[in-house]
Amino acid sequence: MKKDEYLERKKHLEKLSDEELKNYFFELSEQIVDPLIQLAYTHTTPSIERSILLRMGFSSIEAKTIVEKVIAKGLMGKGAGHVVYKMAKQNTLSIREAGLKIIESDVIEW
Amino acid sequence: MVDKLDIRELLKDIEKYVPQRRGWTWRTPVQLEMNHFKYSEASMPLKKSVPLPAAKYFNNIDPQPIAVITTEIASGRFEDDIRRMRMAAHHGADHIMVIRTAGQSHFDGLIEGTPQGVGGIPITRKQIRVQRKALDFIEEEVGRPINYHSYVSGVAGPEIAVLFAEEGVNGAHQDPQYNVLYRNINMVRSFVDAAESKCIMAYANMLQIDGAHNANATAREANKVMPELLVQHAINSVFSNKVGMNKDNIALSTVPPIASPAPDLKINLPYAVALREIFSEYRIRAQMNTKYIESSTREATVTHVLNILVSKLTSCDIQSTITPDEGRNVPWHMYNVEACDTAKQALIGMDGLLEMVELKDVGYLPEKVRELKERAVLYLEDIISSGGYFEAVEQGFFVDSGNYPERNNDGIIRKIAGGIGANTVYTRDEDYFAPVTAHFGYNNVRQYGDVDHPSELIGGCTFEDRSKIIFIDELDELDNVNIRLDETEKYRSSSLIKPEVEWLGDGIVMLDLFLPTDKRKAEYAAIQIAKKLNLLEVEVIHKEVLHEVEGTRIQLKGKVGFDIDLNELVIPEEMVNISETEIESYVKANPLTIVAGTVGEDEHSVGLREIIDIKHGGIEKYGINCEYLGSSVPIEKLVDAAIELNAKAILASTIISHDEIHYKNMKKLNDYAIEKGVRDQLIIICGGTQVTNDLAINQGVDAGFGRGTKGVHVASFLVNRLKELDNED
Repeated sequence: MKKDEYLERKKHLEKLSDEELKNYFFELSEQIVDPLIQLAYTHTTPSIERSILLRMGFSSIEAKTIVEKVIAKGLMGKGAGHVVYKMAKQNTLSIREAGLKIIESDVIEW
Repeated sequence: MVDKLDIRELLKDIEKYVPQRRGWTWRTPVQLEMNHFKYSEASMPLKKSVPLPAAKYFNNIDPQPIAVITTEIASGRFEDDIRRMRMAAHHGADHIMVIRTAGQSHFDGLIEGTPQGVGGIPITRKQIRVQRKALDFIEEEVGRPINYHSYVSGVAGPEIAVLFAEEGVNGAHQDPQYNVLYRNINMVRSFVDAAESKCIMAYANMLQIDGAHNANATAREANKVMPELLVQHAINSVFSNKVGMNKDNIALSTVPPIASPAPDLKINLPYAVALREIFSEYRIRAQMNTKYIESSTREATVTHVLNILVSKLTSCDIQSTITPDEGRNVPWHMYNVEACDTAKQALIGMDGLLEMVELKDVGYLPEKVRELKERAVLYLEDIISSGGYFEAVEQGFFVDSGNYPERNNDGIIRKIAGGIGANTVYTRDEDYFAPVTAHFGYNNVRQYGDVDHPSELIGGCTFEDRSKIIFIDELDELDNVNIRLDETEKYRSSSLIKPEVEWLGDGIVMLDLFLPTDKRKAEYAAIQIAKKLNLLEVEVIHKEVLHEVEGTRIQLKGKVGFDIDLNELVIPEEMVNISETEIESYVKANPLTIVAGTVGEDEHSVGLREIIDIKHGGIEKYGINCEYLGSSVPIEKLVDAAIELNAKAILASTIISHDEIHYKNMKKLNDYAIEKGVRDQLIIICGGTQVTNDLAINQGVDAGFGRGTKGVHVASFLVNRLKELDNED
């Protein structure tokens, strides 16, 4: 339990106009959000990678299996779409053929 | 003749369906004049709609407010929801929000096919296509674009966002805080996913609605979380904007936190003002209060109208609606429609409010507004000093019922390394790459060449070339729409009909009873009554004490176990009303006298006077000469007076219906007119609360009018009948 210290704690805000208070509100919000944006910028997740495979023309079921295999091979840092793209390029396969090969053969070339 | 929507037709070729557009559509404000009324805040009228009941007094006008009106529809069977969407659209909804089935947010991937849902529907590609296709037709019919909406949350947010972008979904809820606080999904995962989801939504120009309103519904004391609500809105809005979403597409989901008998406006209005002042660059989605909704639909409706007053006194871009039956069951068809009508009626009724009144800029209101903002700022400062957002969640900052900086230590605590999907976040390597459009974050495209768009490397992704989308029809051969349609087919393709509240043929009816006893006895007596009426699966849904011993109101639901065959019904021909001008001009050219009275030993006079008197809109106003003989008039006197005055018609009122006396008197009236040899020259009309036209005609009179009859109906009938007689001559 913590009592309501509003009256003591708001003193530093009293001198701010409504406009200044609003600007301060958003400055603080940005300070909170910026590290979260940075985190998202540099990381990925199974759902993000599945969403990439969907956009590359795989079904939801295929995308799920491919991402599971990419995780098992420790290649998430490369991107699941990247893994399929590279397979296609190296073997002159279409994107779909490369993805289906990963699903069927359990082979991932990297 | 308008046809019903054919669900099987909608399902046909669904694998080839292409959405007609992407993105959100607002209403078009117009200068509107209707029936001599000038509206200050109206939008383009509809081509086709159902106006409010009282519109019949105003040439059936149906002015539409500027705010988009939302209705939430998801009964578990998407095929039945489609019909409700059509009904809601005709009552003014242009934002259809589809609630997801329980558990979809924890489903790790997309659901396919059309399984039945619980408390919502499984959102799938096939389901979206069929509903969007139906809405394409419905929006054409009403003449206004309809926004289709669902949820981009849970552990599969980015995939759902892709699905929505591909299938033309126009708006979605997206707020990682919702995942964290209410779905216990890992917070790191939720924010990383959210950036991708929002990036995709921004690409598809979808409107985003946040999840802050849930804090209000969850907190022990809803009005104490107001500073936190401002903070939650800020976190999601600023995050979304930084990911690339336009502020114009970011809507704050806000709910007036409290409800009467608390002093509603004293708490809700300062909060609404504070919110709109701070977030002046963003959109406002005003939701109605659900926290204090009980089983009384009347109480809920009043709360919701007060909520709309707050919207009008401040602003709203979207007025969401909550069905007034949400406190007692999954919403029924008619309550979605009621909620839309409530919003339309209240918004149009308060047209131009701020041209006449203004909010005070000194005193209680601005002081309270300032206080809320300052408390929110203190909240933000403390999140930063606690180490950041994740640490603040771990320390139980959120959904605490203290009025910040007061704390009650009852907030929701989540661990940074805990929750569903923990440890599923991966660092992108330097050569990380994704060859698709609308992907957020680091993407080393350069390693494969100098291209403008990553998807060029694969010849375009599904966002540029939808032929690449893989459509899955059904995965479960026992749980799908085709099976459900077969089960109810007789109600679709035969003349059989059954009452329904949510699903075709569900057979549910509601009984509204008053029982002169206390609450507990009334409840059990009501159940017994329903059983004696042969209702099945009886359940009391509302109890209201009128007095602790004098009586209780009970509403209950139950199922009927029979069908009605429309082909076997004997439906009397509908009386055709003619226009008032036509009545007036006929009477002017053909002067008309009638005699009227309440017959038998019957002292009732109000009903008949309303039919006759000019001040009640009675038939006198058309120039008809009415000789009113009073009440308890003998049959003979009525006929004799008609002969004497050369009247063309008799209007006899018969209210008392004990022992069928009203019909006996009609027969006597007819017989006496025959006896006097004047029956052919007289039109005999009988009316009364218990009178039906068929039974009246069976007694030999020309017409019977029951409850709800107005002068215009009687005058209409008289003129039509006289015209027929003129032709016979």
